[in-house]
Amino acid sequence: MIDLIQTYWVYFLIGQYPQGPLGGVAVTVLLAALALLLAMPMGLLLGLARVSSIAALRRPVTALVYLVRGIPLLLMVFWIYFYLPTVTGHKTDQFSTMLIALVVFDSVYLGEIVRAGIQGVPRGQYEAARALGLGHAGAMRRVILPQALRSMLPSLVNQFVSTIKATSLGYIIGLTEASFIATQVNSQVFIHPTAVYLLLSLMYFILCFGLSRVAYAIEKRQARRALPRPARSPGSPTANANAGSNA
Amino acid sequence: MIQFSKVNKWYGDYHALVDIDETIAKGEVVVVCGPSGSGKSTLIRTINRLEPIESGTITIEGGDIHRRGVDLNRLRSRIGFVFQQFNLFPHLTVLQNCTLAPIEVGGARPAQAHQKALALLDRVGLAHKADAWPSELSGGQQQRVAIARALAMEPPLMLFDEPTSALDPEMVGEVLLVMQGLVRDGMTLVVVTHEMGFARDVAHRVLFMDQGRILERAEPHEFFNHPQHPRAQQFLADIRTPFARTA
Amino acid sequence: MPGFDLQLLLHGQYHEWLVAGLRVSLELFALTIACALPLAVVVALLRLSPWRALQGLGATYVEVVRNVPLIAHLLFWYFGAPELLPDAVKQKLYAGNYEFIAAAIGLTLYAAAFMAENIRSGIRAIPAVQFEAARALGLGFLPAMRRVVLPQALRVTVPPLLSQTVILWNDTSIATVIGVAELMYQAARVESAAFRSAEAFGFVTACYLAGSLALTAIAAWIHRRWPVRTL
Repeated sequence: MIDLIQTYWVYFLIGQYPQGPLGGVAVTVLLAALALLLAMPMGLLLGLARVSSIAALRRPVTALVYLVRGIPLLLMVFWIYFYLPTVTGHKTDQFSTMLIALVVFDSVYLGEIVRAGIQGVPRGQYEAARALGLGHAGAMRRVILPQALRSMLPSLVNQFVSTIKATSLGYIIGLTEASFIATQVNSQVFIHPTAVYLLLSLMYFILCFGLSRVAYAIEKRQARRALPRPARSPGSPTANANAGSNA
Repeated sequence: MIQFSKVNKWYGDYHALVDIDETIAKGEVVVVCGPSGSGKSTLIRTINRLEPIESGTITIEGGDIHRRGVDLNRLRSRIGFVFQQFNLFPHLTVLQNCTLAPIEVGGARPAQAHQKALALLDRVGLAHKADAWPSELSGGQQQRVAIARALAMEPPLMLFDEPTSALDPEMVGEVLLVMQGLVRDGMTLVVVTHEMGFARDVAHRVLFMDQGRILERAEPHEFFNHPQHPRAQQFLADIRTPFARTA
Repeated sequence: MPGFDLQLLLHGQYHEWLVAGLRVSLELFALTIACALPLAVVVALLRLSPWRALQGLGATYVEVVRNVPLIAHLLFWYFGAPELLPDAVKQKLYAGNYEFIAAAIGLTLYAAAFMAENIRSGIRAIPAVQFEAARALGLGFLPAMRRVVLPQALRVTVPPLLSQTVILWNDTSIATVIGVAELMYQAARVESAAFRSAEAFGFVTACYLAGSLALTAIAAWIHRRWPVRTL
């Protein structure tokens, strides 16, 4: 296994670059990072639409979320790779295909993360901001979103991990990402498939596990700095309307 | 200053406020008390429209607060609201909590807002905590900052929704002291509270509510020594001797 | 661009390919769920047990499996694992329907890791004092779990578990990478044979959507019928 690593590690990490296109782990990470970055503004907008009180905004976005989450990512890749050329007239290359598919998926999943983040901020914060005279936009911008985005950070990192794993689908359409390179190495070497695929898995593990540890550390740090809850359990007006005797 | 005229509110089928008619004069200190679920928090929250009403009118300084074209944010910036749960903004320092509204809503220059906020924090005894984070403060300190924050826009009217109910007993006094200071400055206060000592010593008038209605209105001396309504009598008896209940 | 040919989907050879693919997808899904759920419960209990060694075993399993993409798992089980077996067994495997089995193994292990975490979160969502109260009454570890904690945990766990099931249904599409003749495989086959991508992919989209929406509807119904009751 050692000489396997020694012979092929450069090829595995960056593909045939510079004598050919970039490949391997470099493509995996680059594709994932680019997709997530491009998806972030869209994700923010989708998340805001999902919590909006305007039905004309909320309903189509909700439908989009159910649609995208209801089909496999691979299916979306196939649509873009095989069907889109019949409409546009150009062939979509592998990297662009994966990028578009990942941006669409990540936008939707990021939208859900933003939604959860916004809904996780206690309602009292919004009320306090409005009570001071801030409008809805001002309250979101200065009070709700700063808190929501901070609490979303661990989920964001986890989404990056998911995206890295999703890049492996590029293998199926021939993108020269890590899994594809590994299979190429395997077909050249031929006699050590177990070693090759174990090493591939190890690479993913190091990358993904490392990142998820970062997410975990961020989560721990945030828990320590969180606002302590007031002494007794609250009675909101609506709760008091139905509850029995309290204080 | 505030006038309720045949105000009714429902939560679905639950009649939360029933035919409320009441006038609160400028400079008055009114305490609203009653058993849990009586509608006292709901009543106070309708004044700055945190809760909508289904029928009737509420006028403040002669203007119907629900008429079309009313600037809701401006209305709210003229009313100070202090929550049971404090609702300080954890991502902003104590000082920033107090300068947010003056800068965003009042259009004040940051330096001016700074100065005024520091003066207010000094008034509540927390100028030395200006750069601290809310999570570093005790409950009583947080509530005092919340009062300073509400005062920052110089509202002529202050509303308090059970300001000490979520505090450990030893911190109740420091908050009530601050509120007493506001009374000396001639501000109009409406306070929902269980602190009968405050009602007796500071309030000009007491409103007793039960099941959505105002059942009794009297000066504190009258109310505490000669309650008229049987429900009010029972409420006071329960508070004084909780274990002596019969039937 | 040629128009959408619905007839293609309803009769003829391509129709049969696609329907065969649907059947294989459903079989793979059913088999995986049946194996993954019990495994997930075991792993969750391992991580929750009071013995460090067992906790470590469960944690290692979850972390190793979750941080490697499904494709890498399937490639390993199909190309890598048989190499560890004696030659005769290996030949027999490849001669038979091994790709289906490899896919089932890979998917089961992968899905079980995520489901175990859903179950563990569900159990941990129940305040520890519930378990303590049960023990204080004299119940042992397993009876306390079975009568007090798990019934409550189940209601909390079901929505995320069903969500995971939707993901699993969609993940069966990855089996195409090792040659399992499920929906995606057949759709690609139709596409390259007849150049009818819209019809083929339309059919597949409808199948996956129907499955996902059905599962989501079931989850919503369960949540309405048996809501989570907290104090």
